[in-house]
Amino acid sequence: MNAPDNKRRALLATAGVGAAGLVVAPGIRLIEAATAADAPKTTLASSKVRWGMLVDTTKCKSDCNACVTACNKENSIVEEVADPRQRSQWVRKIDLVEQRTGKQHSLPMMCQHCTNPPCVDVCPTGASFKRADGLVLVDRHICIGCRYCMMACPYKARSFVHEPLTTQNPEMPRGVGCVESCTFCVQRIDRGLQPACTEACPEGAMLFGDLNDDNSAIAKRLKEVASTQVRAELKLDTGVRYQGI
Amino acid sequence: MSRALTFLAALTLALPLFNAAAAGEAAKPAIVIANPGTQCIAPPEEMRRDHMEMLKHQRNRTMRLGERGAKVSLNACVDCHASKTTGSVLSGKQSNPDGFCEACHAFAAVKLDCWDCHQPKAGYKAAEATPAPEGSKP
Repeated sequence: MNAPDNKRRALLATAGVGAAGLVVAPGIRLIEAATAADAPKTTLASSKVRWGMLVDTTKCKSDCNACVTACNKENSIVEEVADPRQRSQWVRKIDLVEQRTGKQHSLPMMCQHCTNPPCVDVCPTGASFKRADGLVLVDRHICIGCRYCMMACPYKARSFVHEPLTTQNPEMPRGVGCVESCTFCVQRIDRGLQPACTEACPEGAMLFGDLNDDNSAIAKRLKEVASTQVRAELKLDTGVRYQGI
Repeated sequence: MSRALTFLAALTLALPLFNAAAAGEAAKPAIVIANPGTQCIAPPEEMRRDHMEMLKHQRNRTMRLGERGAKVSLNACVDCHASKTTGSVLSGKQSNPDGFCEACHAFAAVKLDCWDCHQPKAGYKAAEATPAPEGSKP
């Protein structure tokens, strides 16, 4: 009785190895099996880095929309929507007026990439998350589109995609039924580039870099000039700082 | 359950002796290889059975850990497997879809929702899209 069983097991084992390579058990594979062994060199986001941005509002022009246009182009936010209020908006221009003096400020408002992000706190599925390097992102694979994060965000930085899309940038997937927001152009900074808005600003009003690196331009500048976190009283420790407001 | 169905479907496709032309059965999907003679990241049998697991593991590593340059990449799938005629892994046809991904998925009746968010066209440039209308400013 035993001999045929063993033969059958041996045959199954051989077939399994032949078909699927390194198999822990039928149907179960080590993650490493898919990625190890002659895998190309990969890079990971590091917690030694804390990405941040300093916006000089004294340079930002009220009639300029270059950062918004660049963002829409880079992330392919180009869809036509029936109701313009439903249009995705990762960065928007805001004009502030000091009521007593009439002094005007203009500034771009986007996801502030908080150290303690309320959107991540309230997310019921864990789709809203903070990456090791401080980027606050949405995992659209598990986002259920409940929009709690949009309610929780004090900066109104998030948008919900209401209609199916077909014009996505291959490097920045976006889709109907998910919440989305500024990613600091994660697809660009992982390649060592600046976010599209920063690169596009004609006044050089946006400074992007690693807040943890004492030698970075942004860290040096933050030591020199007075900067403001919007709604600092919430103690979110935002990654985006403003100068001149 | 869907994993088991996928497995059964993959097994069915892998068995050349299986007679799909039997009465009442769906025709086997016609798989068009866009770049014949090239080597995928794993043998076809393994890809058929495990591509979803590979992509799922890698998507989490790429999203959560920021891993870039990994061997498994959905964009790399598209770049190699997109049809030479449509430039896409989807055909856009309602009946008898024959895009590389959807042909098998239609046969196996497994919902394919990758392309709700990911770009199914090879070499698609975001810049080619029509520019955003003005008035994004509130």
